[in-house]
Amino acid sequence: MSVTDWHNPLRDPRDRRLPRVAGPSGLVIFGVTGDLSRKKLMPAVYDLANRGLLPPGFSLLGFARREWEDQDFAQVVHDSVREHARTPFREEVWQQLADGMRFIPGDFDDDTAFRQLREAVEELDEKRGTSGNYAFYLSVPPKFFPKVVQQLKKHGLADAPEGSWRRAVIEKPFGHDLASAKDLNAIVHEVFAPDQVFRIDHYLGKETVQNILALRFANQMYEPIWNRSYVDHVQITMAEDIGIGGRAGYYDGIGAARDVIQNHLLQLMALTAMEEPAAFDAESLVMEKLKVLRAVRLPDDPAASTVRAQYADGWQGGERVKGYLQEEGIDPESKTDTYAAVKLEVDNRRWAGVPFYLRTGKRLGRRVTEIAVVFQRAPHSPFDSTATEELGQNAIVIRVQPDEGMTVRFGSKVPGTSMEIRDVSMDFAYGESFTESSPEAYERLILDVLLGDANLFPRTEEVEESWRILDPIEEHWDTHGKPARYASGSWGPREADEMLARDGRSWRRP
Amino acid sequence: MKIDLTDTTASKINKALVQGRRAIGTPAVGVVLTMVIVTDEENAYDSVKAAEEASREHPSRTLVVIRRTARSPRDRQGNRLDAEVRVGSEAGTGETVFLRLYGEVGQHADSVVLPLLLPDAPVVVWWPVDAPENPAKDPLGALAARRITDAYAVEDPLAALAARATSYAPGDTDLAWTRLTPWRSMLAAALDQARTGITSAAVESEADNPSAELLARWLGARLGVTVERVTTAGPVITAVRLGTANGEIRIDRPEGPLATLSLPGQPARTLALKVRSTAELIAEELRRLDADEMYAVALHGDASGTKESVRHD
Repeated sequence: MSVTDWHNPLRDPRDRRLPRVAGPSGLVIFGVTGDLSRKKLMPAVYDLANRGLLPPGFSLLGFARREWEDQDFAQVVHDSVREHARTPFREEVWQQLADGMRFIPGDFDDDTAFRQLREAVEELDEKRGTSGNYAFYLSVPPKFFPKVVQQLKKHGLADAPEGSWRRAVIEKPFGHDLASAKDLNAIVHEVFAPDQVFRIDHYLGKETVQNILALRFANQMYEPIWNRSYVDHVQITMAEDIGIGGRAGYYDGIGAARDVIQNHLLQLMALTAMEEPAAFDAESLVMEKLKVLRAVRLPDDPAASTVRAQYADGWQGGERVKGYLQEEGIDPESKTDTYAAVKLEVDNRRWAGVPFYLRTGKRLGRRVTEIAVVFQRAPHSPFDSTATEELGQNAIVIRVQPDEGMTVRFGSKVPGTSMEIRDVSMDFAYGESFTESSPEAYERLILDVLLGDANLFPRTEEVEESWRILDPIEEHWDTHGKPARYASGSWGPREADEMLARDGRSWRRP
Repeated sequence: MKIDLTDTTASKINKALVQGRRAIGTPAVGVVLTMVIVTDEENAYDSVKAAEEASREHPSRTLVVIRRTARSPRDRQGNRLDAEVRVGSEAGTGETVFLRLYGEVGQHADSVVLPLLLPDAPVVVWWPVDAPENPAKDPLGALAARRITDAYAVEDPLAALAARATSYAPGDTDLAWTRLTPWRSMLAAALDQARTGITSAAVESEADNPSAELLARWLGARLGVTVERVTTAGPVITAVRLGTANGEIRIDRPEGPLATLSLPGQPARTLALKVRSTAELIAEELRRLDADEMYAVALHGDASGTKESVRHD
């Protein structure tokens, strides 16, 4: 019987109680001792197991340069699960997972270690029925990617036996410009087929981001006004209140635009601006996202429609903090941007003339990510101007984090005898209206990798297209002037406010 | 906050709800459904506690309908509705109203409940014990999109299942079926791995366990084989065996939350199969409010020859 013909009689599309459980499989994490792995990946694996979404026999293999035995590794996972998992710790779930944990000590150029990895994989296939299905999670700096994938290829780990799969999972940064992104893709694709490479953008795993599509395409009341006839402009913000912390080595020379705009903000913009996909599958989604990314027009005059800045020292939330140039490990002459704002336009029938303002920064007022669609004013008001003096523009705000949900802002009459109209906000809090147990982004994304569902992962072409948008801006910044300054704890530099003021608009205070 | 109303009406209760919301400063709420719990004084505490826990996942207005019987014949003549309105932190993440019905009004509980339902939002009725013979035809059941019964909480579970099967209407569901989801999920996952045809099946459980009964009927209907029923000392379901050409797929859960899965040609491995709390069961129930067709299939055990064979003696 061929693999695809077989149908499990216990599964039925009408049976919606049965969760999407991943098929037999294992996960190999490179760089398992890193922060991401301890704080996000391992707890997510446990939470998935706790929710009964991992297959029996699921195996977790760690690879790192430590002299550990399997038990030591299990202990490390145990501690990180205890500390960071979302769901309560249950001994029986832990038992189920712990049986399938293996640790392979070694360097990435150590052939013995990779031979050991191969043996471990074969042993697990035989003992725990993982059926040759493995995802390799490269939680390592990109400079190690070539080495790791080459080693996987050399030791036959990247070749899936008949009827099984081998997938690679990679994290940002996907290069630092178009050329390096292409090189990186070439290296990974030489070993793994493009549809077996999963690029993690954890924002896309968030419930509200997926809800953008539900909001737009499952409802009738938003789509008719979701265009240039009604929308004035769109603001997409990702603000962090922290500085660069201990990431000086990584951050300096990269900057906010490469770190955030290239991936997260352009993805959010694509989801906000794209046309309706033919179906909710990876192929149709990527097609629509690409279409809109290709229609993005760069500002004619980068000096007038982009701003970059660095945080200066100041007070952030009641704490005295250092400026970027004073941070440890940063060159005092550094021109790296910790704040970036750009104005983009989308050249298509739906959006012509509607600016999309994207901004991101560190050490801003508070940590928040949101998409604000700001509507035009009513073309005519029967009320006199004093009545509507305090009325702003209507807006739909999709709050991505921290407090996931949606806000609608509209005008309402102030109770009383006079006709006075003012803005009110109506809040839909995701955490309140549904599920406190709303899963972490990484849970969703790891499960999707194991299920082979690529809906929420950016494709190669999208990554390259995003660099095409960003590269000219970075080039302009490299050759012209230097970053502006903004006080820590504020909402960015004056130059950014002026940029919007020139268009007769202003930034929302998120 | 808590507002007590004695000898009251639905419209006064509605006013108290609005007053309560104003007082805690959240005039608008993001509740997604109305949950009606029909129970007696004895079971009210536990079921409301479970519903409040589940309301953290599904914020709801909970209406607790408690029919009181007066001791003296004279008191039985009179009608009275007492209400206790809880809003805010005392009511999970929603609002809870206890409705205590004395006398004849107890037969017309729907007239009290109807004005208190949230506009447009779906209605769920849950009978923690003593469900009516025909839930969909019950005056309260008829208001609901989803009717939850529990075949565990009755004297004769198998008779209750038989009654459920006769009166089944789309929207009916039973916690005995909800309890099975982890088992069914693991069995489906095990079969995903074995990828082979099933020739026989057996379910081992304590006597008269309604979940085991439903599981056997479901397996019979889906696999088209006769399902053997074996009575063990329990607790609940202790094992499921599926026969294949190469050997047996087997999940054993002799006791506690830890089960073992054996597949032909592979060593046994452990599985977590916990008995879940009522709150978790209710939360699962509320996740989908459309008709549960698979429950109907399991209830009727529709396919090939399982009906006779499931009875054990």
